[in-house]
Amino acid sequence: MLEAILVLAGLAIVFGLLLGFAAIRFKVEGDPVVDQIDAILPQTQCGQCTYAGCRPYAEAIANGEADINQCPPGGEQVILELADLLDREPKPLSEEHGVEKETKTVVVIDEEVCIGCTLCIQACPVDAILGAAKQMHTVIAEECTGCDLCIPPCPVDCIHIVPVEETLETWTWPYPADESQDESDQEPVEGANHA
Amino acid sequence: MRKLTSFHGGLKLNGHKKMSLQEPIITADIPDELIQPLHQHIGEAASPIVEVGEHVKTGQIIAHAEGFVSAPVHAASSGTVTAIEHRSIAHPSSIKDTCIVIQTDGKDEWTETTPHAEDYKRMDPSGLRNLIRDSGIVGLGGAGFPTFIKLNPGPKKSIDTLILNGAECEPYITCDAAIMKERPREIIDGLLIMRHALQAKVCLIGIEDNKPEAIKAMQEALTLQEKTIVEVITIPTVYPAGSEKQLIKTLTGIELGANQLPVHNGIVVHNVGTAAAVGHAILQGKPLISRIVTVTGLPIDKPCNYDVRIGTPMLSLLRQAELQSHKMERLIMGGPMMGFEVTELKSPVIKTTNCLLALTEEELPTQTQAMPCIRCGECTRVCPANLLPQQLYWHARAKDFDKLQKYNLFDCIECGCCTYVCPSHIPLVHYYRFAKTEIDAQERDRKKSDIARQRHEFNQFRAERKKQDDEERRRKKKELLKKSQQTDEKQDAIAAALARSNAKKAAAQKVNTDNKEANE
Repeated sequence: MLEAILVLAGLAIVFGLLLGFAAIRFKVEGDPVVDQIDAILPQTQCGQCTYAGCRPYAEAIANGEADINQCPPGGEQVILELADLLDREPKPLSEEHGVEKETKTVVVIDEEVCIGCTLCIQACPVDAILGAAKQMHTVIAEECTGCDLCIPPCPVDCIHIVPVEETLETWTWPYPADESQDESDQEPVEGANHA
Repeated sequence: MRKLTSFHGGLKLNGHKKMSLQEPIITADIPDELIQPLHQHIGEAASPIVEVGEHVKTGQIIAHAEGFVSAPVHAASSGTVTAIEHRSIAHPSSIKDTCIVIQTDGKDEWTETTPHAEDYKRMDPSGLRNLIRDSGIVGLGGAGFPTFIKLNPGPKKSIDTLILNGAECEPYITCDAAIMKERPREIIDGLLIMRHALQAKVCLIGIEDNKPEAIKAMQEALTLQEKTIVEVITIPTVYPAGSEKQLIKTLTGIELGANQLPVHNGIVVHNVGTAAAVGHAILQGKPLISRIVTVTGLPIDKPCNYDVRIGTPMLSLLRQAELQSHKMERLIMGGPMMGFEVTELKSPVIKTTNCLLALTEEELPTQTQAMPCIRCGECTRVCPANLLPQQLYWHARAKDFDKLQKYNLFDCIECGCCTYVCPSHIPLVHYYRFAKTEIDAQERDRKKSDIARQRHEFNQFRAERKKQDDEERRRKKKELLKKSQQTDEKQDAIAAALARSNAKKAAAQKVNTDNKEANE
């Protein structure tokens, strides 16, 4: 009787210590779900979701304050991925937040017209605009996320949206179209092949 | 006799090779206008170093390599640069790309060359590689990977076997067969240079048994001494025996795993045409300005192999081969299995153009309506990469890219065997190509958004820092103000204390005098 109590008490102490150690050793900093959501979001930082950027939106989704269909730049792809991650039903993009762009865009500054007011530089969330007060400004196209936040502050309307041109490096094969779609709803069956 | 291993799957195909092998190689005419794209290889596009209006000589470098994985471009004939602009190129996307356009002067005047006849043996491998790099040589088998990189075994790695790929397994194409048959010495010279650059022990030349003339010519061209290190091996004709991994398996029995490069196993594979180009570059100092192109198909009246200057418009080559354009339904660059349709006939021949195949409607009917997959498993049986094409198809169709990668989509060599045998005519390879490029695009987007995230975080951090700095400054100012007020108070206190003590003193004095007066 006493032996059993001692053994169980001993085990309890050992496992207690083990758990205590694990809690300290493997402590996870921050909220991993927010990080996972943030990794899916397109990082346009456009604020169309009504939050101040992608990270605040990710936090809002994680807290259950925001829905998963408020990101127009991410579009269907992001909604599907978020639905997959959070195990929710995918839904169409919420219209009040905007529409998905058909092609990716960046902005260019008409350097002839620019007066060098720096308002766009302050608006750019990713520091993609280069310039100084009373000097010409220009957009680093590589870094531009196409959020269009620089357009409203411009007093002379010299910022224009242009589509990103497709190059040999960025071109992708189109989805094969010429197939009868009568079976399209059928799910693939694991291991159903003849191998 | 070497023991050969067979690989999984593959197909026996009708070769259609006799057509273009009846006549010896014809030197194609130099066209009036050469269109030389800057991006003819895998890697970064070359950047032009000539200007419009400049006169260039044959073999002169007109665009230099940009970055490590890149190759320079050389003027294919002498003339004047008339434009550096976007032109149609042969690419499945039909996107236009930057090309240097040269109006030829007909003189074909060569720039100065520096041949390294036999002294290459005294050169160190890295010097040799640089020469090959500067010659603009890329893999001529079709992939176009810069050759000098594949001649670098890397530190601490030694190369056992250098394989020359003369299999040429795809139907219709005979450019390798022709060069082996007619110019075997050039190939072997190049092979020995490559061997020196790699310090390889043995060299194997793999040729399919449907090219007896090529095999004979190669064997006869080898000297007795060379035969101790170079072996010509006849391999069975099975498509795709000429694919790198499959050829290695056939010749050495080594099966390369996913993500494994031949060099990890001490093997390097080059195309026979590439070897000949390396020979030219070192022995004659001539850069890559021409290549052998098979022009064949029923609508071609003079099907043959042509020695074509890079940049020759396909149309002028087809005209020389007497194309009956009314008979041609489609023009394919490459072979019927892996090639792609060229829609713009003005596109130029580039370094990777091994074959121009004109097809009539009967030869290769345009895509028939695809039927649902009946799960017959034929595709799995023929897949030389040991993949499960059917599973890949389902997941590609559902755009389930994670699953596709789990099923090793990127090991697919796009040989087209699965599409060929599919009884439902499903364009399987098209699905895989779509998925591959889509996964690449997503990866690029992910990288870009990572950068955007970093930049945004830094932007936020800077704004935060500025706010804190401003606050700090305000706080300090306030303190300073307070301090100055405080000092006033102190001085007041001191003054007050002084006044008090003065008053006390005065009072004491007064008391004393009063006492004095009282005493008196």
